[in-house]
Amino acid sequence: MEIERRSFTARQASARDMLRGDLEGEDLERYVEEKVVTTTFEKMLNLARSNSIFPLTFGLACCAIEAPISIVTARYDLARFGAEALRASPRQADLIILSGRVSIKMAPVVRRLYDQMLEPKWAISMGACSSSGGMFANYAVVQGADKFMPIDLHIPGCPPRPEAVMYGFTKLQRKIQGNPDQGWRQRYNAVGTEEWARGGPASTPSPEAAEAYLAAREMSLA
Amino acid sequence: MPDAPGLELIRGEIERDHPGAVTSTSFDREQAALLVDPAQLIAVLTWLRNTPGQGYRFLSSLHAADYLPAEPRFGVHYELINRERVERIRVKAMLSDPGDGSLPQLDSCVELFPTANFQEREVFDFFGIEFRGHPELTRILLPEDYVGWPQRRDFPVGGEPVTFTYNERNYG
Repeated sequence: MEIERRSFTARQASARDMLRGDLEGEDLERYVEEKVVTTTFEKMLNLARSNSIFPLTFGLACCAIEAPISIVTARYDLARFGAEALRASPRQADLIILSGRVSIKMAPVVRRLYDQMLEPKWAISMGACSSSGGMFANYAVVQGADKFMPIDLHIPGCPPRPEAVMYGFTKLQRKIQGNPDQGWRQRYNAVGTEEWARGGPASTPSPEAAEAYLAAREMSLA
Repeated sequence: MPDAPGLELIRGEIERDHPGAVTSTSFDREQAALLVDPAQLIAVLTWLRNTPGQGYRFLSSLHAADYLPAEPRFGVHYELINRERVERIRVKAMLSDPGDGSLPQLDSCVELFPTANFQEREVFDFFGIEFRGHPELTRILLPEDYVGWPQRRDFPVGGEPVTFTYNERNYG
């Protein structure tokens, strides 16, 4: 605690030094390097987008109990990921969660809702029924919602737990940030077999590449 | 609920007014049912509704069933209730498939029981049974452009085959 406080005062002092013009040369360079992060406008925009998603208030069947209803309650609280504001109009929403089976009569309606949403927009197919028809292999149900609209993410389960929906939601956020972690390295026990853009062979990455990788990994898994 | 002798009495009285209208009766699990000639169905329903002492004025349900291997294959069921005595009676009309691609036909009872309007449309929607004299016989639950009669037993189940590794290896 004491150390933290001291370093904070030290930083404050250096900020005052910079403003007064006391920091010069190498000190100033180091200070700027510490304090400033450069990125592209696109990345910053995607970061903002992924953390302020407006889902559509929309339920199709039993999965709706889990997705739009449970995950916004205090127990699960989607607000932690910046998506608590459910919109009642597709024109104000940018995420549609297909929570349940899509019947052949509902499919044109769902497609129309999706078309009314403004770009950029995303769609999550939640549960077995909307992903593949599930148990309803019959004349009345569309066998998979991606037959009539693009789906960004499928969440398996019958129905998926709210935790699963939130996990899928964070996956979608990662996808929006342009850094989709598909999770296959963990599934196939292949962490550490990545190839490096620069540096030595896979077993010995260059120090800066290793550092960059670890930083990126920390960000994506945080 | 008419018991088995009561059902036979009703059958006898109908026979007196409409000879040949009732082909047989059944009394199974306390449920009285009259099997009627489809051509005289409306006459039987009118008789049950209007005859003093019968008074089955309420149609609680109208539905169909497909008994495919049997012939005639379609059964249209009318569940009637006398609400004063709380008695139920079932009237069945059996229809066979014409076989030339046309639909089996039956007289509509909308004039007699207005509640039959939607229920006859539903039977038409799922079984393709045409009700003569219905005011607006169109599909009610399925989309208007749907092709086929999905509740018939020879209608394909639908869906898609799920490809498991086992099926791939053995039949793929």
